[in-house]
Amino acid sequence: MTTSSTHDSESSGEVTERIASLYLAEYETPDACVGAAEKLRDAGYTKFDTHTPYPVHGMDAAMGLRDTPLGWIVFVLGLTGCLTGFVMMTWMNGIDYPLVIGGKPPDAIPSMVPVMFELTILLSAFGAVFGLFGLCQLPRHHHPIFESERFARATDDRFFVSVDASDPKFDLKKTRSLLEGTTPAHLELVEEHPS
Amino acid sequence: MSDVHFSPVEEELARGAEQPIEYLGERNLLPPTMTMRQLTDTICAPTENKTPRAWWMAFGAAVSLAGVLGASVAWLLFKGVGVWGNNSPVGWAWDITNFVWWIGIGHAGTLISAILFLFRQKWRTSINRFAEAMTIFAVMCAGIFPGLHTGRPWFDYYMFPLPNQMVLWPQFKSPLMWDIFAVSTYFTVSLLFWFIGLIPDLATLRDRSTGNTLPQKIRRFAYGFFALGWRGSNRHWQHYERAYLILAGLSTPLVLSVHSIVSFDFATSVEPGWHTTIFPPYFVAGAVFSGFAMVLTLMLICRAVFDMKDVVTMKHLELMNKIMLTTGSLVGYAYAMEFFVAYYSGNQYERYVFLNRATGPYAWAYWSMIACNVIFPQVFWFKSMRTSIPVMFVVSILINIGMWFERFVIIVTTLHRDYLPASWGMFSPTMWDMGIYIGTFGLFFSLFLLFLRWLPMIALAEVKATLPNAHPHAHHGAHADDHGHDGAAAPVPAE
Repeated sequence: MTTSSTHDSESSGEVTERIASLYLAEYETPDACVGAAEKLRDAGYTKFDTHTPYPVHGMDAAMGLRDTPLGWIVFVLGLTGCLTGFVMMTWMNGIDYPLVIGGKPPDAIPSMVPVMFELTILLSAFGAVFGLFGLCQLPRHHHPIFESERFARATDDRFFVSVDASDPKFDLKKTRSLLEGTTPAHLELVEEHPS
Repeated sequence: MSDVHFSPVEEELARGAEQPIEYLGERNLLPPTMTMRQLTDTICAPTENKTPRAWWMAFGAAVSLAGVLGASVAWLLFKGVGVWGNNSPVGWAWDITNFVWWIGIGHAGTLISAILFLFRQKWRTSINRFAEAMTIFAVMCAGIFPGLHTGRPWFDYYMFPLPNQMVLWPQFKSPLMWDIFAVSTYFTVSLLFWFIGLIPDLATLRDRSTGNTLPQKIRRFAYGFFALGWRGSNRHWQHYERAYLILAGLSTPLVLSVHSIVSFDFATSVEPGWHTTIFPPYFVAGAVFSGFAMVLTLMLICRAVFDMKDVVTMKHLELMNKIMLTTGSLVGYAYAMEFFVAYYSGNQYERYVFLNRATGPYAWAYWSMIACNVIFPQVFWFKSMRTSIPVMFVVSILINIGMWFERFVIIVTTLHRDYLPASWGMFSPTMWDMGIYIGTFGLFFSLFLLFLRWLPMIALAEVKATLPNAHPHAHHGAHADDHGHDGAAAPVPAE
C-alpha cells in the first residue's frame, strides 16, 4: 500500500493552511471496495461514499443506503401531466370554443386519451431526469475529490471509498487506521485550500 | 491498446469469462481476456485518435447531401408544395411515406435501449448507445416531412396549444394533434434517455483528457461540462439506476404509442385499406423490423471501420438477425391478414384496394415490398446465413428498401383509387421529392458521423458492468445481495 497527501509541498517549507476534505482509499477489485464500505457502515460512518466506474451489485446494502424516493417524484409529475392534458383539452375544445366534430360531444374523453397519455410520459420523464439531478445535487463541477490525480481512474477501472471530513466520526488518525485495515491499494488525504 | 499494462488483479478479473451471467442463463458475449482498462481504451479511441481521412471523406459526402436537403427545402418554401408530385387524389405521397419510414427506423433504438433493458438482455449494452443516437437523428429527419407537408410551415405553430391571433384552439379530435404530441414527446424523452446514459461515459472522457495542450483543455471543459461533475458516487448511482429503469419503463409504452398513433393517422380515416384495426400492431412490428435493419447496416460498417469486433461480436449480430426474422414474420403475417380480412369483410371497395395493390399499376411496388420484407429475411432461419456478414448486410439494406415500399404502397395505392372511379389518378415523384428524401440521408449521416467522432459509441459503464467478476461474489456468499443492484440488467429495489 502506498499513501500520500494531495499536496506534497507541505514538507518543503511553504506554509499555507489547508483543510482536510476527505480520505480517499483506492481498491483494485469491487469486492475489496464493498468490504470497505461495510466496515465504514458498521463503524457508524454516515458521510462516506464509494466511487465506481459502474454501479456495483450489493453496494447499496453495503453502504446502508435507504431506497431512493425518485419513484414518488415521477409519480406526482406523471399524474400532473395526465391532468394537465385533460384540463387543457376540456377547456380548449369543450368550454372555450366548443365545436361538434364527427357528431361527438365537444369534450368527448376517448379522443383525449392519446394526448393525456403522451403528456403523462413527458412529465414523468422530466420528473425522472430533473429529479435525478436534484437528488444527486448535480451539476456540481467542482468537488474536493477532483483534487486527487488518482481519482481519474474512478471512471475507468478502479474502485474508491471516500470519507468526508464533515462526518461526525471523522478523525484524522482513527479513520486512517480504519481504512488501512481494509488494505487499499492506495490511501490519501485530500485537502482543500480555504477560500 | 496492446501496450497497456495489466496488473495481476486485472488479469484475474479477466479470467473466468465463460461463466454464465447469473440469473439470466445468458453467457458472456465479450472475449474472455477483455479487461476494464482495455474496454475503456477501445471505446474511447475513436474520439481521441486523429480524425481518420475516411471520416472526413464520409462527412464531406454527408454534408453535401444535407446541402441537397437545404436546397430542396428552400425551393419548396419559395414555390410552395406544388413542386412535389402530390396531387388530388394522391395528397399524401413521398413526404408522409418518408415521415413514417424515418420514425419507424428510430423505433429500434428505443426498443434496444428500453424494452431489452426491461427484459434484462445484457447483450444490448454493446449496441444501445449507437441505436439511441440513431433514434434521435431519425426522428429529426422524420419531423421535417409533416412540418413541410402542411404547405405553409411558418404556420405550424397553430398545431401547438398556444393562444393565437385567431382565438382558435387546436382540435384535439384530430389524429394529427395526437401525432404532434406523440412525436415531440418521443423526441424529448429519447434525447433525455440518451443523455442520462451518456453522463458516466462523458465523465470517463473528461478524466482521460489530462494533458495541458489546448485541445485537451477544450475536451476537458466540454466533456466535463456535460458530465455535470459526475464522480461515480454510489449515492448517485443509486438514484441514477432508478432513473434509468423508470425512463426505460416510460419509453416502452411510449414507443408502442408513437407508432400506434402514427397508424391512427390512417386508421381513423374512412379510406379503404386504411380503416383497419390491425394497423397499430402492424405498424409497430414494421417499425422495429426496419429499425433493427438500419442498426445492423450501420453497426456492420462501424465495427469494421473502428475495429469494434471484440465489443460487438458475432453473437450480438446473430441475436439481432433473430429479432429481424421474428418481426419480419410478424409483418408478413399482417400482410396476409390484411388480404384475408379484405376478402372476408365482403366490402367491395376494401377488396378492390387489395386486388389493386397486388395486380394494379403499382404492383411492382407491392411485390418489391413482399420480396424484401417477407421472402429475403427467411434466409435467417439458417445459422450459416445469420452469421454471414455479407448476407446480413445485404438483407438489412433490402429490408429498409422493403419497409419504405410498404409505406409507399399503403399510402399511394389506397389514395390513387378509392371510392369514385372518376377521381382516380396516378402519382409520380418530382426531383424535389427525391431531393428532400435523399437530403435527409445527408442530415442523418452528418449527425451520425459527428456522434461517432465525438461521443463514445458504446455504453462504456454498462458494458463494464457485464464483464465477468464485475460484481462481488465470493465474499458475500449470499447471492441474494446481487439481485439488489444490477448495473446493466436492471436496477431494482434492494430486497
